[in-house]
Amino acid sequence: MNDPVFVVGVGVISGIGNNVAECLHALVEGKTGIDKIKYLKTNHSDLLPAAEVKLSNDELSAISGLGPAVSRTAMLSRIAAQEAWDNSGVENIPSLRTGFVSASTTGGIDKTEEFLTHFLTDNSKGKLRDIINHECNSITTMVAEKLGICHHISTISTACSSSANAIMYGARLIRHNILDAVVAGGTDALTRFTLNGFNTLLVLDGEYCRPFDENRNGLNLGEGAGYLVLVSERVASLLERDPYCALTGYFNANDAYHQTSTSTDGDGPYLAMSGALEMSGLQPQEIDYINLHGTGTQNNDSSEGAAIQRLFHPHYPKMSSTKSFTGHTLGASAGVEAVFSVLALHHGIIYPNLRLQTPMSAFPFVPETAFSRQPGLKHVLSNSVGFGGNCSSLTFSKL
Amino acid sequence: MKAYIRSAIAISPQKTFNNPAFLDDPAAYRDTRLTSIEPDYSEAIDPKSIRRMSRIIKMSVASALACLKDAGIASPDAIVTGTAYGCLEDTGIFLSNIIQENEEPVTPVAFVQSTHNTIGAQLALLIKCSRYNNTFVSGGASFENALLDALLLLAENKAANILVGGMDEITDMSHAVLSRLGLYKRQPVSNLELFNENSKGTINGEGAAFFLLTNTSSPNDLACIDAVATFYKPDAATEFISSFLVSTSIKDSDIDLLILGNNGDPKNDAIYSQVQQSVFNGIPSINYKHLCGEYPTSTSFAAWLAANIIRKNSIPAILAQGKIPKKKINKILIYNHYQNIYHSLMLLSSC
Amino acid sequence: MDQLIADLKGQIAVQLKLKNIKREDIGDDQPLFAGGLGLDSLDVLELIVLMKQQYKLRISNPEDGLKVFRSVRTMAEFITASRGQNT
Repeated sequence: MNDPVFVVGVGVISGIGNNVAECLHALVEGKTGIDKIKYLKTNHSDLLPAAEVKLSNDELSAISGLGPAVSRTAMLSRIAAQEAWDNSGVENIPSLRTGFVSASTTGGIDKTEEFLTHFLTDNSKGKLRDIINHECNSITTMVAEKLGICHHISTISTACSSSANAIMYGARLIRHNILDAVVAGGTDALTRFTLNGFNTLLVLDGEYCRPFDENRNGLNLGEGAGYLVLVSERVASLLERDPYCALTGYFNANDAYHQTSTSTDGDGPYLAMSGALEMSGLQPQEIDYINLHGTGTQNNDSSEGAAIQRLFHPHYPKMSSTKSFTGHTLGASAGVEAVFSVLALHHGIIYPNLRLQTPMSAFPFVPETAFSRQPGLKHVLSNSVGFGGNCSSLTFSKL
Repeated sequence: MKAYIRSAIAISPQKTFNNPAFLDDPAAYRDTRLTSIEPDYSEAIDPKSIRRMSRIIKMSVASALACLKDAGIASPDAIVTGTAYGCLEDTGIFLSNIIQENEEPVTPVAFVQSTHNTIGAQLALLIKCSRYNNTFVSGGASFENALLDALLLLAENKAANILVGGMDEITDMSHAVLSRLGLYKRQPVSNLELFNENSKGTINGEGAAFFLLTNTSSPNDLACIDAVATFYKPDAATEFISSFLVSTSIKDSDIDLLILGNNGDPKNDAIYSQVQQSVFNGIPSINYKHLCGEYPTSTSFAAWLAANIIRKNSIPAILAQGKIPKKKINKILIYNHYQNIYHSLMLLSSC
Repeated sequence: MDQLIADLKGQIAVQLKLKNIKREDIGDDQPLFAGGLGLDSLDVLELIVLMKQQYKLRISNPEDGLKVFRSVRTMAEFITASRGQNT
């Protein structure tokens, strides 16, 4: 149960690119994907910027082989999961027990919105094909079938920490010798449901978000999907290419403070980070980079910052929030950011925290404001903090 | 990966909550949907916390808190829940509001309460549990996944006491939609006569069931969970059942009772007849969905049933129907499939 | 003003789902957020929605909301003052 778990495939689609190469390019160049809303039909398109994937549903359908009558969330998932699966080489190894553990908060709700628009006027109206994939799991099974995975298919939904918990669960299924290889991560499309939901909570920034800035004013939503392919040591040894890195630590904790706010001292994030470190056997000063949850809300950045101060003072690693590029992709965020964390290790790079002008006065540390090359990068920590107090952290380590 | 069931509590369409009797007075319905018999929640949950809670949250919180109390545990080492539909009522309210109010500001509470992990989160908040907290939304395998996660945690020694639950609710909207999809009987039927109907469709159901699982035995344990497995769109039921029996090192003759997921729809139920004539030949069996209805996490009700049957060594008459020979019940195998997508097997035994 | 205060109490009880609270249980000047009703930050947001839906008044952030929602009377005064500005 303590056997290592390796990352051998990565796949991602987000507001900054439709695949790993495009996203990496944008991260290196400092090009944000946040913009005026163009694809989602909403009354808020002039008021609330977001980082949409720069493809219409028809275009996503052509690339994914699904839809376009299918949920946008499913198409995003297929594209990213397929990229990860293809670049892992695992498909070429016969007789493996394979699994797909995916995460989502929205599921097929974009199509449900269309259905309900008609159903609410008359119970006999609305196309049944629009409601039939409402559940998060329908999205997962649709994509699993396209990947050819059937030994284990499951879906996790714990708000913004969903994908981290999916990655954790996938790793544990390997360690328990239930599966040999797992595609794990998550997906969420921008929907009127989530846009209006976060808007009623008054946490959306009408400008481009500024994570960890003293004058930050909220988050921008995004959309996307991010997946890792995790394998056992035995399977890793059968592959032609070396793994990207190892998943050396993970921890799931609950802040147990409030449904939508994190505790002032960041208890939940603190427990998640320290638990992941303990599992990995690493000391705080050995972490080279933290990919922050860093949404840009007053509450998150204060709480997460407080937790970082408690755990890392005085040895603060470099850190940044890539939500300044991709917006907050909700259920997909930990998956997208896990991919970015793996790529940071693999390429020895650290991403900037865009639009940070005034560091938070409460903390003695400042996230990176410029892109840099760090060839000696050995250990990266990725944080996720969700509604309901669900906090999870992952550590990745170079081999 | 064995676990001891220290307590098991269910709120269901039967008088299962806060009732020392075991299904001796079955609730009869003439309908296409069975609705949970709910307690007075003000006795079970702090009134200040209740006001925002939808039915599914109240059912889950009440049964979970009762489960913890019964087990003598104030705060478990982990909370894992499984739900296919999540908080449907609040999802429906928020979606309807957005559409009808044309995206003008609407109730934020409905949005917050609609997230699938709300049940697990509410529990963590109420009992101040900062430990592992996870929610599976795997359709017809949601409860089974939650159970497996719990068994893995126990085997990892990361937790000694785990609260696991399965829950789903019916709303008027969901029932109308699922009815249009042709899942249910065309006319209201008597639930207690469900398996004599011989017409297309089943009846809708709902419920919440929680279990406190531990890795150490005690004299109060109801039963043990020995294994759980799910199979996605399998080719042949007999194959995966046989391989499950091999992996758990039991022969079919070791099984004292089968609990099967027949739901009254002939096409759905054909698989159960097939396996009873083959790999399960000769093993006494009972059905359960005439009591709780059909819903993706109904196996949580079946597990509650199995745990109680083992503890009390008695099968309620409404289930036995006079057909089960009296003998000691040591091993129960639950076999269910949901819409032929996920098939699941759960093995429980006396401790 | 008295009618507005009475109306507000009823609307608050409905919006915040305070089922067992009657109008006479909420004092005109009783602090809403420190006064034993068990209200929290989500209730501030609900009251912001109430102001928009019932009175067409926009409050753009929770901090401003907390000032307006100090008591039922301060809410009524805010509504009256805004109406005055519109005539």
